[in-house]
Amino acid sequence: MIEFKMPSLGADMEDGTLVEWRKKPGDQVKRGDILADVDTQKGLIEIEVFDEGVIDTLLLEEGVKVPVGTIMAIIRPLGEVTEEKDIPSAISSEEPEKSEEVPAKTSEEKEERRVKITPLAKRIALENNLDYSVINGTGPEGAIVKKDVEKALAEAVGPSKEMGGFTEKADEAIVEVKKEHKTPPIKAIRTAVAAAMSKSNREIPHYYLEKKIDMTRALEWLTETNSGLPVQKRILPAALFIKSVASSLVDVPELNAEWEDELVIKNEINIGFVVSLRSGGIVVPSLKNADLKSVGEIMEWLNDIIPRSRSFNLRSSELSGSTVTITNLGEGGADKVFGIVYPPQVAIIGLGSVAEEPFAKKGMVGIHPMLYVTLSGDHRATDGLVGSRFLAAMDKHLQNPQAL
Amino acid sequence: MEMVKMTYREALKQGIREALLNDERVFLMGEDVGHYGGAFAVSKGLLQEFGAERIMDVPLSESGFVGAGIGAAMAGMKPIVEVMTVNFSLLAMDQIINNAATLLHMSGGQLNVPLVIRMGCGIGRQLAAQHSHSWEPYFAHVPGLVVLSAGTHEDARGMLLTALKSPDPVILFEYTFMLNMEKEIASDAGAMDITKAKVRRDGKDITLITYGNGVYKSLEAAEELSSQGIEVEVIDLRILRPMDEETFLASVAKTHRALVVEDAWRSGGMAAEVFSRIIEKVFFELDAPLQRLCGVEVPIPYPRHLEEASVPQSQDIVSTIRKMMGL
Repeated sequence: MIEFKMPSLGADMEDGTLVEWRKKPGDQVKRGDILADVDTQKGLIEIEVFDEGVIDTLLLEEGVKVPVGTIMAIIRPLGEVTEEKDIPSAISSEEPEKSEEVPAKTSEEKEERRVKITPLAKRIALENNLDYSVINGTGPEGAIVKKDVEKALAEAVGPSKEMGGFTEKADEAIVEVKKEHKTPPIKAIRTAVAAAMSKSNREIPHYYLEKKIDMTRALEWLTETNSGLPVQKRILPAALFIKSVASSLVDVPELNAEWEDELVIKNEINIGFVVSLRSGGIVVPSLKNADLKSVGEIMEWLNDIIPRSRSFNLRSSELSGSTVTITNLGEGGADKVFGIVYPPQVAIIGLGSVAEEPFAKKGMVGIHPMLYVTLSGDHRATDGLVGSRFLAAMDKHLQNPQAL
Repeated sequence: MEMVKMTYREALKQGIREALLNDERVFLMGEDVGHYGGAFAVSKGLLQEFGAERIMDVPLSESGFVGAGIGAAMAGMKPIVEVMTVNFSLLAMDQIINNAATLLHMSGGQLNVPLVIRMGCGIGRQLAAQHSHSWEPYFAHVPGLVVLSAGTHEDARGMLLTALKSPDPVILFEYTFMLNMEKEIASDAGAMDITKAKVRRDGKDITLITYGNGVYKSLEAAEELSSQGIEVEVIDLRILRPMDEETFLASVAKTHRALVVEDAWRSGGMAAEVFSRIIEKVFFELDAPLQRLCGVEVPIPYPRHLEEASVPQSQDIVSTIRKMMGL
């Protein structure tokens, strides 16, 4: 059996509210399928499954808020269900048996995830074969108390008419929730940003470096490449920047890391790319294995992810797992940006606008398009020398764009 | 039943007087109990009524006169030894624990010690850190002692009479805070049982277990909570050793919640013992975490407002119970 748990969609996420199940028990799922919609401070997120199998049990009721790590569902690996696929008629006859198994199993799960229930309430629930893991506690610290169990028992034995009434109401409520939260309130995003940034500023001693990079060659290469491409496939400087950051991280892996009381270098290079929202606030989708992708693939990713980020239409996996962050101001704004590291990452790379400047090169002052690249680093994890090597690597890669 | 109004002091005095009248082996010894009439005027007039052989002033030597009391008890007398307050009992601790509590065992069952030691106890009269102790838990720790706590006027009136019938040494805690407090008790009040805790008020929502100074404060809180729809069952432990657990276990099994209120310091207090028994015996009846309101773990301060703040007051009880009830 595979336990499907409430995923963490960022260091600041402590809990999530299950808004809707997209699958029901018996449904077959494969890696990448959307199992549920979960409401977080970052908005309504589609939660993916990373295993193949058949949904055995859904342990959470819709509308319930649970901490990260709470088991939400049980998935049976594929091998165990072949019989049922072959003999669909057998399913119904087996069902009563299964439903008897389920409470026993779930109560074991409960032990593991420490549902808060008073001894008395637990005793009453067990005596009545009630699966208390789905009951909402109203006691101290949210514990399930006798009253809650009695209420659940009364509802369980109540007339079916009443039950119907309940579910209808619940459905309505969920629809409302979805409407309301599809675009999470600006305040919630602000709160999430505030929490992450305050934590960073409180805990991370930053160091800051900046480097001026001559973009003449890079822009020439872009112009040349784009001239042979249809408009919708044209590459923007941002894609090239992301690729150069990824390649530089291959050279200087110490910055593609987490700080967990020691420097833990990550194998995958997953780049978080800050997308500003028009209504204020930011979301940071993650480009997985950026070093293995071509500039063209990165551009495709940007074309896809930016509009979806702005409409809050992101999957859970697209928001989590970043190992480093890029903040890119784009054209016409400030010259440079000094970011705040997003914990537990150890570095954030800031890209300013590209602007023409007088620049001395080989004894000649000329007008060159210049990019200010900055690096904010966690000084617990690395020192200025490492950061300096990274910026030098960026320069090297951007002088040789065709190699990217 | 005819009721009379009486101070706690008067109830204590009537108890001692009745004991002296009942049995001529009974005598009272202690510092200033005779000519001065007792440090708290509890034995005022008894010297004149019963004479110097039965109302005996002793030197300021707790170890000495408690030891003398033990000897008298072993020799067949029924001594009431007054250690003025629990604060001075430390000086007599060796006699109490190593002799009074142990001699039955050490003598192979040949020598029992039918002694009653009375002590004023607790805070509430601005006597500062050295003279405000609540040490019931110290004594309740010792096997071989019977430890009583007179938290009401009827127990002040009647516990001594029964204690004198005990074949084993009895520590009787009286509360100086209550001496001037007037309450109604039955005009024919007499000897009280010393084996069972008492339900002082019936309730169905929560069990409040207390003793000593906590009893009246708890009843006051229960009255206020009743007007808010919460019915508190107040249990007066009365006997701290050997503790009557049946009474409070039955109550907790009914209400599923328990709060202990006591003036004694929190760590290792009576609450800890009561909770251990609840968890050992009726764990599956509990519907809320156990809570206790105890003395704050500081030397008891002298200023009145700080002294009051150092032990639970009835308003603390009210707010704690409201929280426990989820209000």
